[in-house]
Amino acid sequence: MITQQQIESIIDAVVAELQRQGLVRNERPFVPSGAGDLNLDLPDITALEYRTRAYVENVRKPDVLRALMSTTPSRIGIGHAGPRYRNIPQFIFLADHAVTQDALFKEIDPALLQQFNLFEVQTQASNRQEYLLRPDLGRKLSDTARKTLQEKCVKKPDVQIYVSDGLSAAAIEHNLRDIFPVIQQGLQQAGLKMGTPFYVKYGRVGLLNDVNSIVDAKVVVTLIGERPGLGRAEAASVYMGYRPQSDSNDADRDVVCNIFNGGTNPLEAGAYVVEYIKRMLKHQASGIKLKLIEQGISK
Amino acid sequence: MLLRCKLFGKTYEFRDLRELMGKANEDKSGDHLAGVAASSAIERVAAKYVLSEVPLWALYEIPVAPYEQDEVTRVIMDAVDQNAYAQIKTWTVGQLREWILDNKTTNDDIKKIQNGLTSEMIAAVAKLMSNMDLVLAASKIRVVTHANNTMGEMGRLASRNQPNHPTDDPDGIRAEIYEGLSYGSGDSVIGINPVDDSLASVQRLLDMSYKVIQDWKIPTQNCVLAHVTTQMEAMKRGSPAGLVFQSLAGSQKGNESFGISVGMLDEAYEIAKKYAVVPGPNYMYFETGEGAELSADAHHGWDQLTLEVRCYGLAKRYAPFQVNSVVGFIGPEYLYDARQITRAGLEDHFCAKLTGISMGCDACYTNHARADQNSLENLSILLAAAGCNYFMGVPMGDDPMLSYQSNSFHDAPSLRQILKLRPLPEFENWLVEMGLWDKEKLLLTDKAGDATMFVR
Ligand code: B12
Repeated sequence: MITQQQIESIIDAVVAELQRQGLVRNERPFVPSGAGDLNLDLPDITALEYRTRAYVENVRKPDVLRALMSTTPSRIGIGHAGPRYRNIPQFIFLADHAVTQDALFKEIDPALLQQFNLFEVQTQASNRQEYLLRPDLGRKLSDTARKTLQEKCVKKPDVQIYVSDGLSAAAIEHNLRDIFPVIQQGLQQAGLKMGTPFYVKYGRVGLLNDVNSIVDAKVVVTLIGERPGLGRAEAASVYMGYRPQSDSNDADRDVVCNIFNGGTNPLEAGAYVVEYIKRMLKHQASGIKLKLIEQGISK
Repeated sequence: MLLRCKLFGKTYEFRDLRELMGKANEDKSGDHLAGVAASSAIERVAAKYVLSEVPLWALYEIPVAPYEQDEVTRVIMDAVDQNAYAQIKTWTVGQLREWILDNKTTNDDIKKIQNGLTSEMIAAVAKLMSNMDLVLAASKIRVVTHANNTMGEMGRLASRNQPNHPTDDPDGIRAEIYEGLSYGSGDSVIGINPVDDSLASVQRLLDMSYKVIQDWKIPTQNCVLAHVTTQMEAMKRGSPAGLVFQSLAGSQKGNESFGISVGMLDEAYEIAKKYAVVPGPNYMYFETGEGAELSADAHHGWDQLTLEVRCYGLAKRYAPFQVNSVVGFIGPEYLYDARQITRAGLEDHFCAKLTGISMGCDACYTNHARADQNSLENLSILLAAAGCNYFMGVPMGDDPMLSYQSNSFHDAPSLRQILKLRPLPEFENWLVEMGLWDKEKLLLTDKAGDATMFVR
């Protein structure tokens, strides 16, 4: 026997699917309950069905528009009111902006660090606000951090990897499980000597230099959270360099960026990073120098 | 050297011109980070007041970095027209401000002295200006360029179609290009920032975007904003590129951190002239932004506005089709909030126009800055009133690859409507042919906003 409730939920699912495909339009998501009695109970427009819906009026080829929209996470097919936005896309945008600001202040889940045996140290930035305003502090290890790394880290490895929240701890939570094992296994298979991995709170990319002043690795690699996009905080980057020194800069580094499911796939990114590291070791160079050597322009 | 004044009976004294220039700036977090900002509002006023009496020759003599040590300085100083400089060198910065604002001073007058100015002088005069001064002064100066179409004429406003995608998927990027075109975005350039800087990926995107331009006979140009070396290699191998792009910094050391040098840019310019698939005579596209030098510890103890203006001095060497600062792009450590971003956007635009380059603006903010879409819209209205050449066109202003918000496909048509501006002339005709634009009413037609019109 199917209950009334089950029937209703099946109908709901079917309608939602049709709406998702744009076959049924739900322009007025509410029904006034009676004259004189204002009673609004609106649906959650941040749900996927509202994000994937086409808001263009009088589309020539609705199926084509849906196909175009499915190729990109960008906000296309949103229509217009005069030259401005229609209501619902506008509210989705504003809602995303509001939640993104919360994501910035999130801290990493300690259980994740334990799972990967990453001990935690901190840069000279003492809190998130200071971190945001003082990038210079995020490029230097705190005194305690220096001591801890001295004590715990293997010195002179071929490759030193560490993880940092950067501008999004959520990005690390999102990707670490996928990318970290791929990189570790890839390097082990290549017979390379690995340093002791760890986690740095409030790190900037330039911290690569300071870390290497202690561990003295051939290649230093950091998985770091990118700044959050609108409604998206899950993208991480891997920045790396050959023998970073105190005066190394971005031209001496390479990056694999936009790592998340939906961007550069974390498993593929891991493999790509391993390739990069091998090339750096082969040519004893990184960044622009590596590129010019590989293009045969310089030695 | 004595640099001193009194306000409310209290004496304010500045060690040297570098300190004075830093303290005369409007409040910016990046100048605090660099330790060059004024310590109070009144000290800032004192610095502006003293700076207004400094003669231009004094600024000529203290570039940010010494001539012998910095190739950006050499580019700027070597380009100074000594005859023009002789006319103005005894003017004070304050005099220059009032002269620019004077109703008798026209675009032609400004063009006559322009080549006598160095970036330090231009930055100095901007420091004395209010926001409305900056809008008014910039609105007098036109810089017109041409690649496949004509940029910068009075009454025109262009939009860069910026169809970025988190995996560089050509289908996704093409879909965004279509959406943008259907709103009349793309007359400045169809300019893609690639995730993957590899040659193969860059070539793929150049081919794809060029094909769209060819298929629909669009009077515009394409560009893939990879590192300049990758674009050069792609062009040598026959890939079709309309404009050659590079980010610039205002000091040699800053450019080193970007992996570029004047020699490399010279070479890129030669390659552009030879291989770019546009008639020219302008082929280059540059982006800049306050804070990039400090971020690379390459600011020589100077303020971020002065370094920014030096980027324009460098850009000018390559007669760029277009340049824009990406004004809120890096983050709150350089421009803290909407007020600072707005100020910087107005300064950058004015200073670039006074330098004599074709200037647009990526009016934008990141999610970690205290700004929002409203403040960005405000800035773009102010800049459009100032005669800004172009803005970005990003789907709903949300770039999911660069992780920031900018102007949208909807903004250029809105600004055109509000301020009675038109798309670039050749592109406007194309829009009319496509039935997207009403040339009489200066409005989008009912056909606009439907990307499927480009799918055959
Ligand atoms: C912010 C930013 C910048 C800022 C950096 C300044 C700053 N203080 O943040 C500026 C505007 C200066 C910049 C410049 C460039 N960038 Co950038 N940038 C970004 C962006 C949007 C966010 C980076 C981020 O979140 N960093 C995380 C935080 C924690 O790092 P941070 O320590 O605060 O800041 C450092 C990094 O951002 C680093 N960085 C930024 N860009 C690049 C690029 C390269 C190749 C390297 C090695 C380092 C680097 O520089 C900062 C200072 O050390 C990314 C997009 C993305 N999805 O990641 C593109 C991105 C990383 N940049 C990119 C490029 C191509 C460049 C340029 C080479 C552009 C050009 N043609 O000149 C230049 C030069 C970079 C260099 N070698 O110095 C590409 C990289 C593509 C690739 N796979 O190689 C990206 C992915 C964007 C894109 N697709 O165009 N960039």
